[in-house]
Amino acid sequence: MALATFKGGIHPPDKKELSKAKAISPAKPPKRVVIPLAQHIGAPCTLSVSIGQEVKMGEIIGTPEGFVSAPVHASVSGKVIAIGDFPLPTGRMAPSVVIENDGKEEWTSLKDSPGYMKLSPDELKGKVKDAGIVGMGGAAFPAHVKLSPPKEKPVDVVVLNGAECEPYLTADYRLMLERPSDVVEGLRVLMKIVNVSKGVIGIESNKPDAIEAMQRAVAGDSSLKVCALEVKYPQGAEKMLIKAAVNRDVPARGLPMDVGVVVQNIGTALAVYEAARYGKPLIERVVTVTGEGIREPRNLLVKIGSLVSDLIGECGGFSSEAAKVISGGPMMGFALYSLDVPVTKGTSGILVLPEEGVVHAEDFGPCIRCGRCIDICPMGLMPSMLSVLSERGMYEEAKGYNLFDCFECGSCTYVCPSKRPIVQLVRLAKSMTKP
Amino acid sequence: METASKEHQLIVSVSPHVKSEETTSRIMWSVTASLLPAAVMGAYFFGPRAVITLALCIITAALSEYAYQRALNRKVSVSDGSAILTGLLLGMNLPASVPFYIPIIGSFVAVVITKQLFGGLGYNVFNPALIGRAFLLISFPKLMTIWTKPEAAFLKMDAVTTATPLGILKEEGVAKLMEVFGDKINLYTQLFVGHRAGSIGETSAIALLVGAAFLLYRGYISWHIPVSFLGTSAVIAWIFGGKGALFAGDPIVHLISGGMLLGAFFMATDYVTCPSVKKGQLLFGAGCGFLTMLIRLKGGYPEGVMFAILIMNCFAPLIDRGFRTKVFGARKEARK
Repeated sequence: MALATFKGGIHPPDKKELSKAKAISPAKPPKRVVIPLAQHIGAPCTLSVSIGQEVKMGEIIGTPEGFVSAPVHASVSGKVIAIGDFPLPTGRMAPSVVIENDGKEEWTSLKDSPGYMKLSPDELKGKVKDAGIVGMGGAAFPAHVKLSPPKEKPVDVVVLNGAECEPYLTADYRLMLERPSDVVEGLRVLMKIVNVSKGVIGIESNKPDAIEAMQRAVAGDSSLKVCALEVKYPQGAEKMLIKAAVNRDVPARGLPMDVGVVVQNIGTALAVYEAARYGKPLIERVVTVTGEGIREPRNLLVKIGSLVSDLIGECGGFSSEAAKVISGGPMMGFALYSLDVPVTKGTSGILVLPEEGVVHAEDFGPCIRCGRCIDICPMGLMPSMLSVLSERGMYEEAKGYNLFDCFECGSCTYVCPSKRPIVQLVRLAKSMTKP
Repeated sequence: METASKEHQLIVSVSPHVKSEETTSRIMWSVTASLLPAAVMGAYFFGPRAVITLALCIITAALSEYAYQRALNRKVSVSDGSAILTGLLLGMNLPASVPFYIPIIGSFVAVVITKQLFGGLGYNVFNPALIGRAFLLISFPKLMTIWTKPEAAFLKMDAVTTATPLGILKEEGVAKLMEVFGDKINLYTQLFVGHRAGSIGETSAIALLVGAAFLLYRGYISWHIPVSFLGTSAVIAWIFGGKGALFAGDPIVHLISGGMLLGAFFMATDYVTCPSVKKGQLLFGAGCGFLTMLIRLKGGYPEGVMFAILIMNCFAPLIDRGFRTKVFGARKEARK
């Protein structure tokens, strides 16, 4: 059977073998955590603790401002020892709360709801919101916002993103293997919130055991379906996933809800289940610590706010090859200039790469118009043209080539034989002009 | 601690952090390699003069690129293989009998005037090797149209001159062509192997097809331009190529003679000077085919591949503009 997919895309080596066999294990309790108050797209939170205050696990330390925002909770119990601006993995500074772990792992009181499926959609959505759940695939968009489509955009299907198309990362894969029924319960909660009777789980076919595990978990429920997807980057990009899983075209500059779809990530679905069932806020997540530059690649269950340096230490430290540390995947992640940055709700992986493969600024050449980027652009853009226009400062002209439809997946830059920093030139053009 | 000692050495760069192994120079060297079978056949049929001509082209191309870039204090890019490929292509487009200053002048024009003066690799409007050849043909029309008989005698310096199959077809008609080659089967066989008068690297259809198959297999070229180029030429040759009646032409002779295969697979497909959008490439190839046949059947020259490709080169940017790709999800926007 032909696997579902989209037009374009690339096939980078998936490198998942480094960590795919490693079962998820809890990371050592961190001595201290640095929890940013802006971990999501949208308004940052207002501080709701003060220095010296004792907090328990799951206690709110940042209250959301406005609708597009999500609360932030303490991920350990202990004392607030500092409040100030600390760097995020992206390099930006954000107001953060530093908590010293007292090691007691004392939880604040959580509201257990064994009968959670009997709750109303709004009550369940409230639980998702209160748990501070955001998209855990990387974008960190507040989940409850996606679950609140306006009336004129009826939604009829929830798609779970199990593509995990970024090379190296295996966090979602391990969750699908180890906790399939909890993930499926999360999907059911999501479906109840948006009142739909159809759920699709899209998984790339390089994870046959995950497909099998999820198929077992949905067996007997005719409203749920597992969809095997072709292994191709960026299969997990929202629009590409929707095209492959339910064959709908999200309009350019549009949202999934324009075609009646809500997409959530596997990790997000699990967090939704735990929030609905146990009232558990999002204070930990699975992070794949991997790459050729790390001694023992692992999939760790990590408290939000744990420092990257601690995780690297826990995975045996750097091998001699280590040259570059990335938060996220190799295609869209951020290179870190300091290892003292925290894991946030959107951190899917910590990647340590060797020096080979790094293209230095002076090494790229002119565009030879080979057209490879045009052939593979999943958005149907002409990246070569965008890069040349941006290079010459012709930003307005670049808009005529659909500059703002680029979601910066990096496929063009991956295939470019001249090693041009196409995505970076696109980012430059975007920042120099308005949509 | 190891972690701490590493920190000040971290490399920070923008995403994506992994890149494919494909490089511009690997592409250029691969295309160069794909031309070798045809070049070797040319050397076999046209002897040491052919080898010297090819060598002079390549050496001049490399040297003039090096000298130009050094003179302007630019990064020397000879090792990317693009100048060497241009030199080889030009050499393969020359008759073996030309005096030795011809390849030197041609290579200089190709690399310095056509490529470097326009901004270097990626910025030239025209195919450099073809401009080099066009310059030579216009400046030295006599020397550039003396064709020697393929002798398969490797050490023979002097040669017997003759006309190319297309020249015979143009001047004396298909009957004469049959007379020269005996029968149709023999004609096809000789053309296919390359045992005929012509430019050094254009004669052996089989060797060119081997190289082309390699490029297609590796994805260095796509089928769009060669198929539309050859397809259009074949149809026009079939309809209008016959004497007296329509639909009486012989498309096969047209496809495997002259520079048709060399042009369709190796010159029209030059990334820099052809459209980059696949649909546009179909139009580009069709235009090349149409103009080639127009010149062959109605023009003053027996062969039209070179001028056809050069003329279509002018249109490549315009074609790219007209065949802009559609953004994913564009349909709905169009309805608005």
